[in-house]
Amino acid sequence: MALLQIAEPGMSSAPHQHRLAVGIDLGTTNSLVATVRSGIAVVLDDEAGRSLLPSVVRYHADGGIDVGHAAQSAQNRDPHNTIASAKRFMGRGLADVEDVASLPYRFVDAPGMLQLKTAAGVKSPVEVSAEILKALRQRAEAVLGGELVGAVITVPAYFDDAQRQATKDAAQVAGINVLRLLNEPTAAAIAYGLDNAAEGIYAVYDFGGGTFDISILRLSRGVFEVLATHGDTALGGDDFDQRVFCWILEQGRFAPLSANDARLLLTKARDAKEALTEHAEVRVTAVLSTGEMMDATLTQDEFNRMTAGLVNKTLVPTRKALRDAGLSADEVKGVVMVGGSTRMPCIRQAVADFFRQTPLTNLDPDKVVALGAATQADVLAGNRAGDDWLLLDVIPLSLGLETMGGLTEKVIPRNTTIPTARAQEFTTFKDGQTAMSVHVLQGERELATDCRSLARFELRGIPPMVAGAARIRVTFQVDADGLLSVSAREQSTGVEASVQVKPSYGLADEDITRMLKDAFTHARDDMYARALTEQIVEAQGLIAATRAALAEDGSLLNAAETAAVEAAIASLEVLLGGNDHHALKRGVETLNAATTEFAQRRMDRNVRRAMTGQKLENFG
Amino acid sequence: MRSYRARLTPHASALLFMDFSQTHFELFGLPATYALDRERLDAAYRELQNTVHPDRFAAQPDAEQRLAMQWATRVNEAYQTLKHPVSRGVYLLSLQGIDALHAGNTRMAPAFLMQQMEWREAIDDARAQRRTDALDALTDDLRATHRRIEAQLAELLDHARDYVAATEAVRQLRFMDKLIAEVGEVYEELES
Repeated sequence: MALLQIAEPGMSSAPHQHRLAVGIDLGTTNSLVATVRSGIAVVLDDEAGRSLLPSVVRYHADGGIDVGHAAQSAQNRDPHNTIASAKRFMGRGLADVEDVASLPYRFVDAPGMLQLKTAAGVKSPVEVSAEILKALRQRAEAVLGGELVGAVITVPAYFDDAQRQATKDAAQVAGINVLRLLNEPTAAAIAYGLDNAAEGIYAVYDFGGGTFDISILRLSRGVFEVLATHGDTALGGDDFDQRVFCWILEQGRFAPLSANDARLLLTKARDAKEALTEHAEVRVTAVLSTGEMMDATLTQDEFNRMTAGLVNKTLVPTRKALRDAGLSADEVKGVVMVGGSTRMPCIRQAVADFFRQTPLTNLDPDKVVALGAATQADVLAGNRAGDDWLLLDVIPLSLGLETMGGLTEKVIPRNTTIPTARAQEFTTFKDGQTAMSVHVLQGERELATDCRSLARFELRGIPPMVAGAARIRVTFQVDADGLLSVSAREQSTGVEASVQVKPSYGLADEDITRMLKDAFTHARDDMYARALTEQIVEAQGLIAATRAALAEDGSLLNAAETAAVEAAIASLEVLLGGNDHHALKRGVETLNAATTEFAQRRMDRNVRRAMTGQKLENFG
Repeated sequence: MRSYRARLTPHASALLFMDFSQTHFELFGLPATYALDRERLDAAYRELQNTVHPDRFAAQPDAEQRLAMQWATRVNEAYQTLKHPVSRGVYLLSLQGIDALHAGNTRMAPAFLMQQMEWREAIDDARAQRRTDALDALTDDLRATHRRIEAQLAELLDHARDYVAATEAVRQLRFMDKLIAEVGEVYEELES
């Protein structure tokens, strides 16, 4: 007899059951989902065997949405409604995006975060990212055969609070429980660190499509400690494409380009860059819609020359990160390469020269982040003992307050290990002042206007006192995801006034609720539309079949019976004009019932016809 | 009858056994001295974070996750305070009821102030002449002085118990940190 298991309240009733958890690399260009199976991290493929999901979403006028390859293939045809690189717009205003003019989208400026006008209405980058996350969730649930407990989603180490919050919001809209937001370089180190059981100081050089990150980590006795991180949120492989694109324009001497031709040449530029990873030179040919043509050869030397500035741009944050960590390049024991752009030989060479060692490239640079995230998800879901290693992360940018004169007062300096909390005291500057405005900032700059504004709130109800007598304590709490909450309290009189601010930048909780509701409504609409289409097809088929039967075997029915069938057809035809699939279904059933007797008689007659003229022995 | 603790998960009971009133030194099981066994501190820090970090409670109820966050925050704060030479000195003095960084506390030996001015001039010269080699030499000099003051502080706090002199030494150390940070900024300026 099986023993009964008694579970404590709040605990899983089946403590040894494997909980389905995944790691998601939500990338600028491509996204991936991975999980740990039988102790090994693996990337999950779609039904066509592809692991990369292009981070592209296409919106159709009828409300349909394509995600991934289908959307990507429509980029040239439908550039306005096909959103690529939405990650670059997460938690960003229009003013933050440098190359607005060269992008094919119809931007809408909105407080906090820009939006995009599409054939299906105005979409927030959060909604676009949510579609990608939803596709990955569905892929994972289909492959793993169950509902996910949660996911670890990676973000660039340099992402500020607004960008992290936006990522978490997107997961919420996609119906994903976020176990942890994890810095991409840290995820990569997890993938490498565990596989190689390495101890010491490691650098993670993460160069993707749109961002560059450098992190310095210390791995010891299973603890991953992030010592410093730096980066450039507007530097990536796309910039290399852009350089080649400019070279193509010089070679081709084209008339001003249409949006579609510009896309075509940009694709040619990327193809050329990728070909140069394997070959010393590449031939670039193109025919534009105007009939203009080009045919030229790009050598690796020439490519290296025109991109040398970009390569060097990655070394500036690298030096800064080392200085922040108090280390020199020769104290670094290994360099982990992450991101598709690290496939470029010029990048590998520059990194090897800088650190005076060959960088680690034995894991696929496109998959390494997802693999590490999956490993962390497995630990957080409680699938392994978990006492073997722990991740201690830091905040990438300083958090502070605006003080008199528009200056920034740092409260938590960057690279502080999280979770962390700091309090700072402020006072009133006017006699009888009863309110104080608190402006929360993120960034390294001296002037408040140069930093990112995270939140503003007012502390009211300060008892009137002489200037400088009130003591207002502002507390910053950063949780393990790197997300901030701020509270303020006047404490000199014992009168407490406190306010809690959650800077979910650009998206208030109501917005998220609306998006969730939209998503549900949409799902219901979709289901409804499908049911209606199915009923219409069925009704039309039934009417056609009945008409054909009447024409052929009408003599089997008397006048009254024929009239009844005709009436049922007529009423079903009326219902076909409407869009109520329930009524349509009932109409189909009525017609079916009205023709049951007719069908029976036809069956009998057909059987008799079939037997007529047959010899009896054929039935023996 | 069941106690409240019995209904919590094993992880959470570890949190309940922790004591918020401990000093930073008690938290890590270290003697309250300025001289620090950095390896012991690091090992104790990792062991504690291994127990209280929110990642250990990711699958547990919200209340436990919040408690874990508070504990991990507390452990991080204690670690950062003890790790850095200035904040460790300030903290030890605060345990003696002395506010070393109080605004009214400005006494500083004239010889140290003179030395300060010379270093600042050296930084300005290196910047003007764009000489990173001069900055390298200056950094070595500043770091050596930093280490010398740290050794003094250990003597003053752990043996002589001269808290007045220790307060001045802590403030000198803070000056040194600022100078080293300024040199870092000049490096960045010259490299960009």
